[in-house]
Amino acid sequence: MSCALGKDLLRVLTCGSVDDGKSTLIGRLLYECGSILDDQLSALQRESRRFGTTGDDLDFSLLLDGLEDERQQRITIDVAYRFFATPERAFIVADTPGHKQYTRNMATGASTSELAVILVDARKGVLPQTKRHAFICCLLGIRQIVLAVNKMDLVGFEQRRFDDIAQHFSAFAAELGEVFVAAIPLSARFGDNITELSARMPWYGGATLIEHLHSVDISGGCVKRPFRFPVQWVNRPNGDFRGFSGTVVSGSIAPGDDVLLAGSGQSARLKEIVTFEGTTDRAREGDAVTLTFETDIDIARGDLLADPREPPECVDQFAAHVIWMSDQPLVPGRSYLLKIGTRTVPATVTALKHRIDVETLAHLADRTLGLNEIGFCNLSTAAPVAFDPYTACRDTGAFILIDRLTNETAGAGMIAFGLRRASNIHWQALTVGREQRAALKDQLPAVLWLTGLSGAGKSTIADIVEKKLLALGRHTMLLDGDNVRHGLNRDLGFTDADRVENIRRAGEVAKLMAEAGLIVICSFISPFRAERRMVRELTAPAAFLEVYVDTPLEECMRRDPKGLYAKARAGRLEHFTGLDSPYEPPEASEIRITTVGVTPDTAAEQILEELRARKII
Amino acid sequence: MPEHLKRLEAESIGIMREVAAEFRNPVLLYSIGKDSSVMLQLARKAFFPGKPPFPLLHIDTGWKFREMIAFRDHTVRRLGLDLVVHTNEEGKARGINPITAGSALHTAVMKTEALKQALDRHGFDAAIGGARRDEEKSRAKERVFSVRSAEHGWDPKNQRPELWRLYNTRLRERQSMRVFPLSNWTELDIWEYVAAEEIPVVPLYFAKPRPVISRGGVWIMVDDDRLPLEPGERPESRRVRFRTLGCYPLTGAVESAAATPAQIVAELRNARDSERQGRLIDSDEEAAMERKKREGYF
Repeated sequence: MSCALGKDLLRVLTCGSVDDGKSTLIGRLLYECGSILDDQLSALQRESRRFGTTGDDLDFSLLLDGLEDERQQRITIDVAYRFFATPERAFIVADTPGHKQYTRNMATGASTSELAVILVDARKGVLPQTKRHAFICCLLGIRQIVLAVNKMDLVGFEQRRFDDIAQHFSAFAAELGEVFVAAIPLSARFGDNITELSARMPWYGGATLIEHLHSVDISGGCVKRPFRFPVQWVNRPNGDFRGFSGTVVSGSIAPGDDVLLAGSGQSARLKEIVTFEGTTDRAREGDAVTLTFETDIDIARGDLLADPREPPECVDQFAAHVIWMSDQPLVPGRSYLLKIGTRTVPATVTALKHRIDVETLAHLADRTLGLNEIGFCNLSTAAPVAFDPYTACRDTGAFILIDRLTNETAGAGMIAFGLRRASNIHWQALTVGREQRAALKDQLPAVLWLTGLSGAGKSTIADIVEKKLLALGRHTMLLDGDNVRHGLNRDLGFTDADRVENIRRAGEVAKLMAEAGLIVICSFISPFRAERRMVRELTAPAAFLEVYVDTPLEECMRRDPKGLYAKARAGRLEHFTGLDSPYEPPEASEIRITTVGVTPDTAAEQILEELRARKII
Repeated sequence: MPEHLKRLEAESIGIMREVAAEFRNPVLLYSIGKDSSVMLQLARKAFFPGKPPFPLLHIDTGWKFREMIAFRDHTVRRLGLDLVVHTNEEGKARGINPITAGSALHTAVMKTEALKQALDRHGFDAAIGGARRDEEKSRAKERVFSVRSAEHGWDPKNQRPELWRLYNTRLRERQSMRVFPLSNWTELDIWEYVAAEEIPVVPLYFAKPRPVISRGGVWIMVDDDRLPLEPGERPESRRVRFRTLGCYPLTGAVESAAATPAQIVAELRNARDSERQGRLIDSDEEAAMERKKREGYF
């Protein structure tokens, strides 16, 4: 955060392992700072008797564990935000859970925090979890850590124990890069070293927790940062006014300054900074304003406005750390939606370079990322995006990955560097295009994508369709799943990850064929909706017709033209679609063919009719 | 204005703009209270010189204080805003009211159910609400953008992680979003902002002598003759004000001398009770709010 922002608000993250006493510590802070009011205190007394774990004393953790399930299980399962203020500073505290399966919540809390309080139980010392938390904090850009060595009362307030833990942690933190650690011995339950120095630990010469939170410098040395402004909303209330609304996420701007529309090479001179209170002479980091320009410039939501002297990079391939937050593993090649700033674009992870063991920081080879795992990946976006490295600016370097089927936030990423500069590698502009090539054949290029279970009749129907088109004088090409696996995709197996890659390659080939002006008939089981959609987007703007060859599993098993179902049921074939590997039927295919009681020829004719209706033939 | 209020203001404005940009048919839930007044001010700022590109929705239970309805209508006229008022007519026909039906049923039918009806009827895909995380424990864990099922239910265990300022606004068919731009504000922030910006609020927030009776340790205002008095109960005049405004027989007043926003700020700095203390609907049981929210209460 820059020095332009108020130092009177500090966002703090607390994290630690199960039962380290995070909730108790925050409850204690709220209590000591007078933020617990009388009716809340009496509710706490009632609940302490009912659920408490501290005997006759108040159980401060009950103030925070908000959800009913948590109260009953007496653990924190989600991130909670707490607020307290002292005359010096206002604090927003994100209380995040410590157990392994909820690491994603910790990353969530860390993403908006400037300082982290990491709790350690003095009896247990630095645990694998402690290292995981420290690593995530640093990865998300937190440079200030308080190591709160809690429950000192249970180790007899012994200095040696504290020193050992502090040393152990500092040694690990040193590997994480530039991070400042303050270790404080505490007892959250009894209030030692929270607001007043503990008489029971006279050997400790540092600040109390609250003193430290008041005085810690989070300005990062007041480095001047370049102007960045993601356009959020085009404000056009009438024909006379055209402004661009958003929040300055880095640097500052004044009327008369030149502003670059990142990625376009275009710039314009800033005319006015419009706010409800009137025009203003400067907008600084954190200000939500509306900008107008001297000249008309084509700016839309999702664009990034920047300082032309220090432009952001603009690329469609970059390397990033990704924290995975979904039960469904990250699969390279699968298409996700990537949201960066105010921009959302389709993106795929093209390669998982390595997974990071967060306890040893070792780089491990892996093919997928599971829930709560962190990897270093190459990503490719459907269009170039403007960004800064995350370490330079959180707002222009961070992204989330959204699952396109469930819409869940599946991953969070921090960009490290661009893989190639789109500004240096242009698409070679070609004089002859898809239309010209197709016009030579007097046809429109199209991709017919047949999907369905093994044995559904895809290949048979595809073959007849091609024969019929040939008879009509149409230039076609047939890509058959089995045949492609003998050549281009011979290195791929049948795991989910390999199936995704199989379809991606087939899609790229279909795209090239369509570019050549052909009608491309593709016959692939292609069990996942996500990949079928990826191919659809890949081949645009050529016509894409999804043909769902809808044959019930029982019928496919009865037909079993290649004897595969028999093999699979005998346990000699794994990952077989429809049996132990899922098939996701299309929800809105252009053509749906039910093959039971229908001859392959009739089915093929159904496809030709659709092509005629769409004026493709 | 204190620097930290400016940061909260900018954050909220950013959230409002994100809603306008990402949703097809958003609406601002307008409850007439102080938080709604602040939201309205923020919405006006977010889209200036344009008007907020969404209507206001008020769920009228029929038991709002008279001064609240007058304030609502005046505000809408003054600012030229588009207001939709919805009442659960079916509940009204059934005679559901807070006095004979009790607070739980009245809230379920006339607020929760009514809200669902209105959202469904108008096809709103995002509803902006004024809830704050400091109000109540289960709200502390609420996201800024919070998905609701087709039945408007909330699944607290299956919330999307929310990182940086990157809000995932995507919905499946029939789902809708609740959006809370005031998530990070506290009651004190609200009043400091009202004072700094001179935002008009319902006069009931300011202390003056009002006819009240004492029930269950709180002062209930006798706003009209619909409140049946128990034998021996006689309204007396007390200098009171409201910290939170709901349906009038369910909302208790506190004795106070604070008659301006600045005086309220001063009073809050020394307050020993939380704002929801006056809300009878929350003290039914410890987990009352979480249960209401799962069922679709705002």
